[in-house]
Amino acid sequence: MAGDVATFAIRLGDDALVLGQRLTEWCGHGPFLEEDIALANTALDYVGRARFFYQFAGSLTGQTEDEIAFSRDVRAFTNHLIYELPRQDFAFTMTRQFLIDAFMVPYLSALAGSTDAGLAGIAAKAVKESRYHLRRSSQWLVRLGDGTTESHDRCVAAVAGLAGYVDELFEMDDLERRLTEARIAVDRTTLRGTWQTAVSDTLAQAKLPALGSGWTVRGGREGVHTEHLGFLLGELQFMQRAYPGCSW
Amino acid sequence: MLDSVTDPEIPVLSLWDLGVLRDVDRIGDRIAVVLTPTYSGCPALAVMVEDVRARLAEAGHANVDVTFALSPAWSSTWMSVSARDRLRAYGVAPPEDTSCPHCGSVDTQSISEFGSTACKALYRCNTCREPFDYFKVI
Repeated sequence: MAGDVATFAIRLGDDALVLGQRLTEWCGHGPFLEEDIALANTALDYVGRARFFYQFAGSLTGQTEDEIAFSRDVRAFTNHLIYELPRQDFAFTMTRQFLIDAFMVPYLSALAGSTDAGLAGIAAKAVKESRYHLRRSSQWLVRLGDGTTESHDRCVAAVAGLAGYVDELFEMDDLERRLTEARIAVDRTTLRGTWQTAVSDTLAQAKLPALGSGWTVRGGREGVHTEHLGFLLGELQFMQRAYPGCSW
Repeated sequence: MLDSVTDPEIPVLSLWDLGVLRDVDRIGDRIAVVLTPTYSGCPALAVMVEDVRARLAEAGHANVDVTFALSPAWSSTWMSVSARDRLRAYGVAPPEDTSCPHCGSVDTQSISEFGSTACKALYRCNTCREPFDYFKVI
């Protein structure tokens, strides 16, 4: 079971690290100064979250957080695909962030009730940050969706481009089912309804079309990724690959 | 002794004022210090750990274990009244009080939900027109 818990923690760490890295790409490129800072702060929360999950996993496996983050190749990363998609424009970044924040709040709230004290502690900490993120990303979605023709059209394109990547967030496999039976993990399938309602309400308020369905891309948990993750890791892991063991 | 270790970004607040310093214990010749982070990714945390070690080392305590406790999660409500006053005097509006720390006006507005550090948001006073940091509620 300790092996399952470590694998599970690394999954959640991978989700957080990959999104954190995507958000850091905005640093210095935000649409204006305050938003640049907000994106970097959100990125920090995610990278910090990844560190907690990796440290916790490492306490079970004997690895360091840096080994987990920097010395695994792309096929060993188990993040869901939605986190690794390129940041694209600000509308895409904020639409993705909204869909994820709306998922993270109920997911982490449930995980905070885990019988595993380590995971419960990280989730209870992180959910407070995600509530804060959700407030901002919902506001942005409404402002952009119900804004100019240009911002509206870009949001419509973002919603359409993301629709097939959300199903993965609610999928379970044997490992997470085992952990859920032991009341360590959370049954993702039970969160879909709450999430769907919250997302539909905000999309309607933002005068954006509902999240369509009809296509699904999956594979992140098995290490089958989009072509984009390798490039992300190429940048993220460069220093440790070029100078193994280097430190500041 | 650790009261003199302050937040590197907000030097008027000690780690104890912030609620970041949870516990200090002496076990034999070792000192065990328990800290809790404000925000998961707060970059000041590493500096805080180094400052705690340095301050204890100056006092002759070389064997120091610093550990982190995530639960219960840190809350901005843990800040003492005196700490809130010092924060305001320093020019940062304390949690749940968005009046202007410069002129006291309550006519202020949010500019950004995120500010110069993970724990602050950015506000502007509509009376004296000065921008100021606001310590976020979490």
